[in-house]
Amino acid sequence: MTIITAVPPPEAPGTAAQIPIGAGGAIPGPLRFLGRALRTLWSNGKARTGLIILGLIIFVAVFAPLLAPHSPTATTFTPYRGPNAVNWFGTTGNGQDVFSQIIYGARVSLLVGLVAGGLATLVAVTLGLIAGYRPGPIDEVLGFVTNLALVIPALPLMIILAAYLQGRSVWTIVLVVAFTSWATGARVIRSQASTLRTREFVTSAAFSGERLFRVVFREILPNMTSLVAASFFAAATAAVLAEASLEFLGLGNPATVSWGTILYHAEQQNALLTGQWVMVFAPGLAIVLLMVSFTLINFGVDALSNPRLREK
Amino acid sequence: MRYVSRKVVLFIITLWAAITLNFVLPRLMPGSPVDAALGKLASAGVPITNAEKAAIEAQLGAPHTSLFVQYGDYLKNIVTLRFGTSYSFPSETVAQAIGKALPWTVALVGVTTVFAFVIGTLLGVYAGWHRGKLGDSSVTIGATFFGAFPPFWLGLLLLYWLSFKYGWFPIKGGYNPGTIPNWSLSFLGDAVDHSVLPALTLAITALSGWVFGMRNNMINTLGEDFVTFAEANGLRTRTVALLYAARNALLPNVTAFGLSLGAVVGGAVLVEGLFSYPGVGNLLYIAVTNHDFPLMQALFLVITLSMLVTIFIVDLLYVRLDPRVRSTA
Repeated sequence: MTIITAVPPPEAPGTAAQIPIGAGGAIPGPLRFLGRALRTLWSNGKARTGLIILGLIIFVAVFAPLLAPHSPTATTFTPYRGPNAVNWFGTTGNGQDVFSQIIYGARVSLLVGLVAGGLATLVAVTLGLIAGYRPGPIDEVLGFVTNLALVIPALPLMIILAAYLQGRSVWTIVLVVAFTSWATGARVIRSQASTLRTREFVTSAAFSGERLFRVVFREILPNMTSLVAASFFAAATAAVLAEASLEFLGLGNPATVSWGTILYHAEQQNALLTGQWVMVFAPGLAIVLLMVSFTLINFGVDALSNPRLREK
Repeated sequence: MRYVSRKVVLFIITLWAAITLNFVLPRLMPGSPVDAALGKLASAGVPITNAEKAAIEAQLGAPHTSLFVQYGDYLKNIVTLRFGTSYSFPSETVAQAIGKALPWTVALVGVTTVFAFVIGTLLGVYAGWHRGKLGDSSVTIGATFFGAFPPFWLGLLLLYWLSFKYGWFPIKGGYNPGTIPNWSLSFLGDAVDHSVLPALTLAITALSGWVFGMRNNMINTLGEDFVTFAEANGLRTRTVALLYAARNALLPNVTAFGLSLGAVVGGAVLVEGLFSYPGVGNLLYIAVTNHDFPLMQALFLVITLSMLVTIFIVDLLYVRLDPRVRSTA
């Protein structure tokens, strides 16, 4: 656990410094912004811990083939073995190496967390901005839909959807999770957008003849980056948990190697009763670590948007 | 009272929308849930009467009827509690199965939510008041960690160590097999004994939301002038913390009550399944693993409606808590 080289923030100040202040170019803008955001997050103790954990998990996911001692799917070992010198975390009922499965499993959880979180945020931002900037009937309808989506219990809805859509791939889960987790973000973004709408700079942009699209995305959106980031990390956390839950229920594809399916197989073969507690403990702990890293980063993001929460 | 009438109207519209969503979902899905359900019933050896077939079709979609007729039948069946027969429990109707399971879940989720709310809020007050000190960081780190525990995973671990290894609690079920549910003291004691682990699992994982919500509210409230004024007046620390800051910081947390309930209900589905606790969550678990669409659809409706009603009640209670809502809205 000494590989901290994969953590991005150290190069962030350099990225920011190379770009002259006030450069309006479209390409370096996002990069410079990302560098600045990472540097600010890095200065927050909790967020720094979160970034380090997330960096490690990304490192493991990217270099899984190099790090895993065995193939995650090959059924070449004695089944139902506890931890030993060859199979550090034991073997599954099919004779697969659990340790290698945990390493490869990082890919699926990261993918689902980031993609589903990203999609949910995209929906949240679009609906929230439209509702917040266009008061009246559109806002009323979108607000109602958002509130409805908020009060409908998400996990039961996901379970129902996943049970009907027997596509059984990771992408089904990504879509189901994205479809059910956008509401909280949309509500927060809507209320922020509606307070920004009446500010002078927005009014003047609208009066100077800017198109609606430009006003909303170039004038309003940049002022709520921390909110967008917060809803992204919140949605990503929920997505990781939802994916694990659905797969644990057997609603995922049992053939994919992910932390959720390892838990599913562990439960199916009564791993705890046969004493293979590592097979249950390790994937769960990995899920916890990934979710903790998102939550910790979000503490830093919260501190950005609310000065009262900043560490003194 | 405009606040109340507005809430009532919104509640009715939301209720209608949720019921309609439940109607639309199975009809949008690929394949034919009706055929799947009828096929399953046949293979389970359950005789299908015409009335039952009609009930299932009203719920999941009839192939040759107009949507308006289907919608009417669907609404009629909800009012009369006719949800068809489930093939997971051939001897009972869906309504009977759900009716038997509902009290268990209401008790489990209710007790857990209140418990988590009280403990979590107190911890949040403590952390917010001692902000930046050791107490705050231990509470925050602890809550971050426990809040990230997937409920079913924590349940598995508790089951392994507390039931299987040490035998402190029963392993499965909601009461001793062989006894019939009744109101005798011995049965209630047995039921409580069986529900300790599921409740503990749900409470621990639900705690963190309250802690963070309350801590943030406290910190925001502590920055207000009236708190500084109270301190300047030389009031005792405890008075300022509890009566001035915490009391006002509590309000936003109450609004979050309904939403956090959704998370607990979601967690309960998996945790009840894990412990074979005889509640609605376990039924959903059984329905999903058996592809029992009629039962699944009825359960989703019941879960959603129960949540809507609870949130509505919390909204009404809010009027009593916050005088501003009464006067301005």
